Amino acid sequence: MDYAERLQNVSVLGAAGKMGSGILLLTAIEMADLSLKPENKGKHYVLNAMDVSGEALPGLMRYLKAQVLKAAEKKIVFLREAYAQRKDLITNEQIINQYIEDVLFMVRPTTLLEATYQSHIIFEAIKEDPELKAKIFRQINENSTVTPWFCTNTSSIPIGELDKKAGLDGRLLGVHFYNPPAVQKLVEIIKADHTQPDLVEFANTFAKNLRKIVVPSADFAGFIGNGHFMRDALHGIHEAEALSEKYPFTQAVCMIDKITRDFLIRPMGIFQLIDYVGIDVCSYIMSVMNPYLKDEDLHSSLLHKMIDLGVKGGQNADGSQKDGFLKYEKGRPVAIFDVNKKEYEPVSSLQHACDVELGDAPSSWKPWKALVGDRDKDAFLKGYFAEMKSMDNLGSKLAVKYARRSKEIGLKLVEDKVAFSNEDVNTVLLTGFFHAYGPINEYV
Amino acid sequence: MIAGYNTISMGTGRKEFHPKKPRPDLEDYIKEAGQAVLKMIGGAEKVDETVFGNFIASRFNQQGHIAGFAPYIDEGLRYKPSVRVEGACGSGALALTTAMRSILAETAEVALVVGVEVQNSVKAVYGADILAAAGWAKERKTGHAYFFPGKFSDRAKAYAEKFGPEKPRDAMARWYENAIENARLCPTAQEYHNTTKDLIACGIQKPNPKGFVDSLNFFDCSKVSDGASAIAVVSEEGLKRCGIDKKDAVEILGFGQAEEDITKPPAEPTRLSTTKVAVQKAFESAGITKEQVGTVECHDCFTIAGIMATEAIGFAEYGKGADFVLEGHTSRKGSVPFNTTGGLIGWGHPTGATGVHQAVTLWEQLTGKAAGAQIDIQPEKPYGLSINMGGDDISVISIVYKKAE
Repeated sequence: MDYAERLQNVSVLGAAGKMGSGILLLTAIEMADLSLKPENKGKHYVLNAMDVSGEALPGLMRYLKAQVLKAAEKKIVFLREAYAQRKDLITNEQIINQYIEDVLFMVRPTTLLEATYQSHIIFEAIKEDPELKAKIFRQINENSTVTPWFCTNTSSIPIGELDKKAGLDGRLLGVHFYNPPAVQKLVEIIKADHTQPDLVEFANTFAKNLRKIVVPSADFAGFIGNGHFMRDALHGIHEAEALSEKYPFTQAVCMIDKITRDFLIRPMGIFQLIDYVGIDVCSYIMSVMNPYLKDEDLHSSLLHKMIDLGVKGGQNADGSQKDGFLKYEKGRPVAIFDVNKKEYEPVSSLQHACDVELGDAPSSWKPWKALVGDRDKDAFLKGYFAEMKSMDNLGSKLAVKYARRSKEIGLKLVEDKVAFSNEDVNTVLLTGFFHAYGPINEYV
Repeated sequence: MIAGYNTISMGTGRKEFHPKKPRPDLEDYIKEAGQAVLKMIGGAEKVDETVFGNFIASRFNQQGHIAGFAPYIDEGLRYKPSVRVEGACGSGALALTTAMRSILAETAEVALVVGVEVQNSVKAVYGADILAAAGWAKERKTGHAYFFPGKFSDRAKAYAEKFGPEKPRDAMARWYENAIENARLCPTAQEYHNTTKDLIACGIQKPNPKGFVDSLNFFDCSKVSDGASAIAVVSEEGLKRCGIDKKDAVEILGFGQAEEDITKPPAEPTRLSTTKVAVQKAFESAGITKEQVGTVECHDCFTIAGIMATEAIGFAEYGKGADFVLEGHTSRKGSVPFNTTGGLIGWGHPTGATGVHQAVTLWEQLTGKAAGAQIDIQPEKPYGLSINMGGDDISVISIVYKKAE
């Protein structure tokens, strides 16, 4: 069965979720484009959009329609050629509408797992729960009328074990998209010891056709992305906890968020990133990873405390940010949660004290956006960090320490053979986390 | 002609432009430009008739029947004749010649001419469908997604194949650079705020056929614009009526108009044959030669059309237009400055307004009202020439201007 045949019947599990909907969109477009090729004319394509939440499915279809419209507008040159034989379609608008119809009519929203039993490919993006995933894989595998391949979007669960638990005989591969899948360029591909090579080849072709950057990761809990992020986040949490012995808790959070965002020139501070991913999700991923780690305790009681208080971050259905460590207005942090008083304190009342305690960033500082667009980033960063290392203020010291820890985490991933090279670690941080520079560098 | 006025050419490039925020609409532009002219000539009572140039508001703005906006400009125009003419992107100059014919026929002494188009109402991908109406509808299916860029990309390709690929590409980049540099001197220009340092680096970019067309990049293209331009076309009698001094007027020495068959592909894609005929007619009508032309406003809907225009006018030999541009002749310091406020690429291209905008620019240059964009007009070359083109060299209007004496 070749690539195009495999993609004639596909199911996405958890399709209405943030990750699932993105994977569904990308898959739908890839399938539609295949169906438009002359050699595939007349073939039938089915994409099951399965989600346990029936109420979420109409919203999913609306999202899909809006996104396919955007994609179609961008690729109108290709579409005009693809529909060249359709004499009734003359204007760009007619062609775009036809394409949307062709994509949407292929997608079947469903709440029933039975719908997936004829699929050759199952993309899974459900809750990060190994037992649940294994149970569903097993159920599909046992009832399927074909021999399906499974691609899981897990960001932390070891693939080999999951395969074994579900009895898939090497038909499971980790295909980890980054949030949001339609935008983020990175896909981590995680092959277990017994994963079928054909499946790996399929996933590589698929990701390439989606114009993604593929980074292979070894099958070790957390892989490269979370292997770095969880430890990096934990370092930030520990630093804030240490500062909170001297400063109020909210100010400590404010300081560490500022160091990670401004001093380190990252797209957002570490606490904002934890909120973005979800405090509960971070905590859960740590708990999935922790049993596999030696000499290391990947666990934060602060995260548990937040979850117990019902402050979890994450995103609303419309993509807007829920409040977590920080409170957001129009996507911008405006207040910081005081875990002792259980209320938010405005950033405006904290900022000044925070700035005074940290001191200035190096004088050559520039915002993250400008750094990303800088053609000679390397020279800039060398000078920037050299200046930072020569500075005596608290902010610079903590930032250098942070950058060194980040580098150490990266190097450890390579040493432990989770990542195959320093470059792979850097690619994940550059493309999956939008960092302007990789953690493994010579700056610190 | 007297009392010219241009609104801002609104669209990408202008700081105040945001695709999702509310903007002035068709009637706002008509009113702004029309009222500005009326104010300069002493009010609506001086006007005998109004002529609108508009290409296709019926689809960009769901608005037909543009003539009915004359009394909306000023109640004084109520019950006076008004007409809207259309010749695709040549609608503006078509409005001018329509007004001139009224003056010549002595059915009017003062005609208000307003060109207008509001195109940012739809995304470019749908705007391409609308603008494709300037070609033959039966060709739309086989045409490019971006129909007109596709047409001129074919011309650029043919030109490069015939005369070598490098020089035309360099000349197109140079054309772009000249356009932006001129636009930066004109506050109403769409590229007025452009601060790009290396314009040639933009203009030289390799075309991306997957996303756009084979032989043009985005910088080779005129802008998607909203705007209006207006001017008064008057007889000597009309000039007196408006109480305007001759030194503030330009005289129309002659004009040429030519039409090609819209259903036929260009006989020779490397030439603007219809443009050539229209310009020759204009020269004959005015009784002048190209050597007497001091400045040109040409229809550079694409950089390649600018280069071909230098050949169609006769400034450069066939195939030597690229050299002519690269040698700097068309720049504002050159022997014959072209498009001194940026042309369609730098100032903008609100399609139905463009022909009128060209007239306003020449009126400004020849009467010394071009402010920061002013060029020197040499006494031995006192004439201004405009070329306004509808479709792919289909409807072409060329006009010869001179400061009134």
